[in-house]
Amino acid sequence: MLPLQSLKSLNMHKRYLYIWFQWLATDRMAKINPELRSKPFLLHAPEHGRVVVRAVNPALQKEGITSGMVLADVRAIFPEVAVFPSEPEADKKLLNNLAEWCFRYTPVVATDLPDGLVLNISGCAHLWGGELPYIKTITKRLFRGGYSVRAAIADTIGAAWAVSRYGSQLIVKPGQQQEALLSLPPAALRLEKNTLQRLNKLGFRQISQLISIPHTNLRRRFGTNLLSKLGQALGTEREQLISVQPTPVYLERLPCPEPIRTAKGIKIALERLLETLCERFFREGKGMRTGIFKGYRIDGEIVQISIGTNRASRHVTHLFKLFELKIPELEPALGIELFTLEAALVEDVSESQETLWSIRSNNQTAIAELLDNIAGKLGAQAIHRYLPQEHYWPERSVKEVISLEEQPETQWRTNKPRPLLLLPKPEPVEVMGALPDYPPLHFIYNGEIISVSRADGPERIEQEWWLQSGPPRDYYRVESEDGARYWLFRLGLYDKDRPQWFLHGFFV
Amino acid sequence: MGEIAKKKEVINQLKKKILLMEGLSKKQDNRLGDFGLGSVNEAFPGGAFPVGTIHEFVSTTESCAAAASGFLSFLVSTFMGRDGFCLWISPKRQIFPPALSFFNIKPHRVIFIDVKHPKEVLWAMEQGLKNKALSVVVAELREVSFAESRRLQLAVENSGATGFLHRIRPLTKGALACISRWKIRPLPSRANNGLPGVGFPRVEVELEKIHGGRPGVWQFEWQNGKFTPVASQKQSNHASSSIPQKPKYA
Repeated sequence: MLPLQSLKSLNMHKRYLYIWFQWLATDRMAKINPELRSKPFLLHAPEHGRVVVRAVNPALQKEGITSGMVLADVRAIFPEVAVFPSEPEADKKLLNNLAEWCFRYTPVVATDLPDGLVLNISGCAHLWGGELPYIKTITKRLFRGGYSVRAAIADTIGAAWAVSRYGSQLIVKPGQQQEALLSLPPAALRLEKNTLQRLNKLGFRQISQLISIPHTNLRRRFGTNLLSKLGQALGTEREQLISVQPTPVYLERLPCPEPIRTAKGIKIALERLLETLCERFFREGKGMRTGIFKGYRIDGEIVQISIGTNRASRHVTHLFKLFELKIPELEPALGIELFTLEAALVEDVSESQETLWSIRSNNQTAIAELLDNIAGKLGAQAIHRYLPQEHYWPERSVKEVISLEEQPETQWRTNKPRPLLLLPKPEPVEVMGALPDYPPLHFIYNGEIISVSRADGPERIEQEWWLQSGPPRDYYRVESEDGARYWLFRLGLYDKDRPQWFLHGFFV
Repeated sequence: MGEIAKKKEVINQLKKKILLMEGLSKKQDNRLGDFGLGSVNEAFPGGAFPVGTIHEFVSTTESCAAAASGFLSFLVSTFMGRDGFCLWISPKRQIFPPALSFFNIKPHRVIFIDVKHPKEVLWAMEQGLKNKALSVVVAELREVSFAESRRLQLAVENSGATGFLHRIRPLTKGALACISRWKIRPLPSRANNGLPGVGFPRVEVELEKIHGGRPGVWQFEWQNGKFTPVASQKQSNHASSSIPQKPKYA
């Protein structure tokens, strides 16, 4: 432990506000369904094969039901209780949202799971006219929002925590946390269950009883945790506060002095918003993946269009083009008075990607933008570009690439005949007059008998055993009597069973 | 005699004027050079392959589609040059990219757009044609109405790109706002000196309709990276000669 004096100075200007959402889970339910506000209800979850009460609302607590009881027992005592499954994830999300809401009061907010928020309010309270109006504003606003909370301000997180839950004051004056803590029970020190039970057994009812005992004795009996928690509450030991990171909002607004009703006006508004937003993207090295353009109409309706890009983009003209396609969908009616543009999905624009949009040739940028345009309407999966791959198996001889820049590493092979049209799946054909190592004399495709007059082959293509096993294919290029040229193959050899013939493509 | 030459001159100028008014030949600057089709050039208005317009190809069978795709690829390769890109739009694509390299196209320079709905083909084609960076767009589809083809024609008039509409097994045979209609059929190959096996691929190219030109039928053999005309006496008794054969072959 550091010398007390130096730590005192360290904590001198720090002030913390702890907000305890006493009924977080049930308040959440009551907000969804306002009828529940006056009714007794509980939230439950299965645990060790039983259904256990996780949270109760104030109306039910009055009846003596607490969390931790078995649901069946509660139903026996209080049959008309409404029950709902508990959703800890939703509670966590709600707490996070509340933390983000608190950014209006201080820049440093941390969540204290499962039901508390810690605000570092050093140097913030005077903006609300002092700590008392500050804390009252927050609690009142939360109360109006449907959350009953208890809060306290102190020099340390531990003290604020203790006082908000177990004390009655709102504000612990600077340096007076020890006095405030003395009369509270040991549970106010955020200790684990075992330690609390032991303290209870030994007759410690108040923190004042603990403070007078030498630290070495406490450490021997209860471990270091008790000492560190005590130190954190008193301010002699440091405590880390990990703030919730606010999600940056990429939102631009453009209010209009006169309601806009024409497509041209909408376009101008869109262009202006894009310019400001893209400027910010350039500063932060980001790009837009999804954008939503909204118009607030004077009749109170909101109309919107949204776009998606293939890759994060911050090119005004390109993004404008994507939006432009959808502008006719915006119904201005009596006029739009406010436009907003929000980038709902923002991604980093990587350096390598910059080269794709490169200055190398204007043509490629134009093509990339055309492709974005097409992907916006038809979906990115519609666009394909291929490079050679060193495989003999025809289906594997090409690989798909996404970027326009990627160049083939190997040559396209032209030493073996390949059909210009390839069936996506080889079609089984019936053959007649097939001899081993010869192409068939006739084959039936689409119910038509095709006589083979000329043929080349076979070209045997073996399975690539490291990828897939099976019989080889013997390919023949055959020409029918009326000049059509086909790519046939026989799957398998003649030694064991009858091999199957397939049509795989058409030559010129 | 001078009178006749004068008249010819006047007629030629009038012809050129008409072509200009039809929006067809103002891009006829021969910047692409010859397509290497030899005598076919004589059938075109102005004696050169019309660029900056829409051409229609009709294939009734799959093997015809293969032959037409081959002929198309050859034309497209001239447009793409050394490092151009090409858009190839189809609802049910069968083109095998590596085989394009047989027709002088670098397959990695072709961007395939595989659409689900046939209507989207036309939209994608229009977008491609409007884009100044692309000089050629190929679209495979079954049906297209006159109004839709007119839209495409208007798109190319602004951008100067060339579009190829390849209609595979069409249900109807209506007139389109295209400068030409081609039909390509495969013909039996002739092996050299009685050698066994399949010879050079041979196709019959029928220019069924050409705006301001003369339709005709030709036979070509694909050898050494170009379509070589085949002499007429070798021509098979193919039932296609409703239109008189052009008498002269290079």
